[in-house]
Amino acid sequence: MKTHYGIYGGQYVAETLMTPLHELERAYADAKRDPAFAAEFKDILRHYVGRETPITFARRLSEHLGGARILLKREDLNHTGAHKVNNTVGQALLARRMGKRRLIAETGAGMHGVATATVAALFGLECEIYMGALDVERQAPNVERMKMLGAKVHAVEEGSATLKDAMNEAIRDWTANCDDTFYVIGTVAGPHPYPAMVRDFQSVIGREARRQCLREYGRLPDQAIACVGGGSNAMGLFAGFMRDMSVRLVGVEAGGRGLATGEHAASINGGRVGVLHGAKTYLLQTPSGQVIDTYSVSAGLDYPGVGPEHAYLADTKRAEYTVVDDAEAIAAFDALCRYEGIIPALESSHAVAEAIRRAPLLPQDAILLVNLSGRGDKDMHSVMEYRRRTAAEAK
Amino acid sequence: MNRIQQTFERCRREGKAAYVAYLTMGAPTLAKSLAAAETLIGEGADILELGVPFSDPVADGAVIRRAADAALKNGVTLADVLAEIPALRRRHPDTPLVIFTYYNVIFSYGLKRFADEAAACGVDAVLVVDLPLEERRELLDVLRPAGLTLVPLVAPTTGPERIRASAKGLEDSFLYAVTVKGTTGQRDAMPSELVARLGAIKALVDIPVVAGFGIRTPEEGAAVAAQCDGFVIGSALVERFMRQ
Repeated sequence: MKTHYGIYGGQYVAETLMTPLHELERAYADAKRDPAFAAEFKDILRHYVGRETPITFARRLSEHLGGARILLKREDLNHTGAHKVNNTVGQALLARRMGKRRLIAETGAGMHGVATATVAALFGLECEIYMGALDVERQAPNVERMKMLGAKVHAVEEGSATLKDAMNEAIRDWTANCDDTFYVIGTVAGPHPYPAMVRDFQSVIGREARRQCLREYGRLPDQAIACVGGGSNAMGLFAGFMRDMSVRLVGVEAGGRGLATGEHAASINGGRVGVLHGAKTYLLQTPSGQVIDTYSVSAGLDYPGVGPEHAYLADTKRAEYTVVDDAEAIAAFDALCRYEGIIPALESSHAVAEAIRRAPLLPQDAILLVNLSGRGDKDMHSVMEYRRRTAAEAK
Repeated sequence: MNRIQQTFERCRREGKAAYVAYLTMGAPTLAKSLAAAETLIGEGADILELGVPFSDPVADGAVIRRAADAALKNGVTLADVLAEIPALRRRHPDTPLVIFTYYNVIFSYGLKRFADEAAACGVDAVLVVDLPLEERRELLDVLRPAGLTLVPLVAPTTGPERIRASAKGLEDSFLYAVTVKGTTGQRDAMPSELVARLGAIKALVDIPVVAGFGIRTPEEGAAVAAQCDGFVIGSALVERFMRQ
């Protein structure tokens, strides 16, 4: 299995974790060759997660913009409300195959935590979730959901008390308990084999969307657009179109209060190469190599690194990476609510915003395929808080 | 022979285990951690590991994390630590000095720039917690021409083949045997099991082996190191100097 993407990726971890990572790599390679593993994965995605998810033509929004047709890949319709569950089903199957009895995970917005707690219940495994104390506060309903599903939630008080600190703590737990514990990483970051494994489990998004596009619209999309925090929903979408050179791949990073303010989470556009959580990749860091606290209105994009394959796709220009700030994401959130009757996750709203920018510049037969990675029920509090704050600042 | 080899040679002659002392530089302040280094050498420390703080110390337990936090709040950088080393080196011409940190701190500084400056300051070796065998080539390629060596780590999960491979090509260094699965400052194995495991590691490699994680006093260290060459005290020292 490929361990690096150009200069990116690798396994920058403490020695204690190297043997568990090698075991994981072997188990995953073995599972990939086993038709029974693929069959069970597919069966659970169909009968439990509810796949395949449709693509929806955003007709009123497209007509309003007066350009390209915007299609939405509806990952928000998955069980648990986001794309995250595709990956947790795959990793839980692998954990069971390896004889592990306990799942641990980090979570930011809480969607990956909920998806991990969900599969832990489904497979009868113990589950502990690490979540930054700030996120525990911001995303209280998801904390309750995890507990309801039987998981124990640890509020991590250290550092910035957000996703990266939760991941630090999950890595420490795994280091101490690697014999019986499987670490379910929620994005295409972390040491090899996680970036490849998570991409593979999420690639169902892109493969389905490609098939659906050809079947229902008789052609491939012109552009495939997805938001990028760690980048799992984007890698999942891109994977389906990687060899279709006519399809532009567009990743959208969180611009927060704007790149110039320094308060953002745009690692590719605003960072430089570094090493965090086991991988070499673009990283938001100080001149002396300390990781910077990120900011975005969407907790799920609030991560200072990015999956190493994205770093590689950016350098090789196979994909392009843009930035959408809080205000534009909120405007796109509103537009999708009002024009289509769909409440998108704030993360996904960044991808919708990029489509809104691009659609008017393209002819009406062009197709923009947007990954609607999750639903926005979890974000009511964040959106109301944002409106309160901007109203106060305007006064 | 470099300073590390000379030190282990001297300890062997004196019939004692080498005492490796770890300090987080900049905690509670840079001046105090430098004073602590003097104190420790006075108390018989044979090798100093100078910890350079990183914002995301995934391999460290609570004590060293708190120290790293304090050092970062003081704004202590790798450049600041290197700047203090020439004076330390002049006062202690024979004590091996090891820069102990996470890879991003060095990578961000610039690998070659780091190697050249560290060598010029009088550093002997580098220990990078999150740089396993598979990834160390890039750093070794700049350390070697500068005359520096790398301290490899092995863990309880490391098998015999990998232990041999970790020590290979680092004949002028020593092997750091992490004695527990977990973070710094933890202790879970019984000393008797530990001693046997260290003896087994020692039999696999040609370089000195030191034991670390969870050792609190030189007496405890000497007992653990009965079948290897030395021991590391880290968290216990950091706790002591943070309290002062």
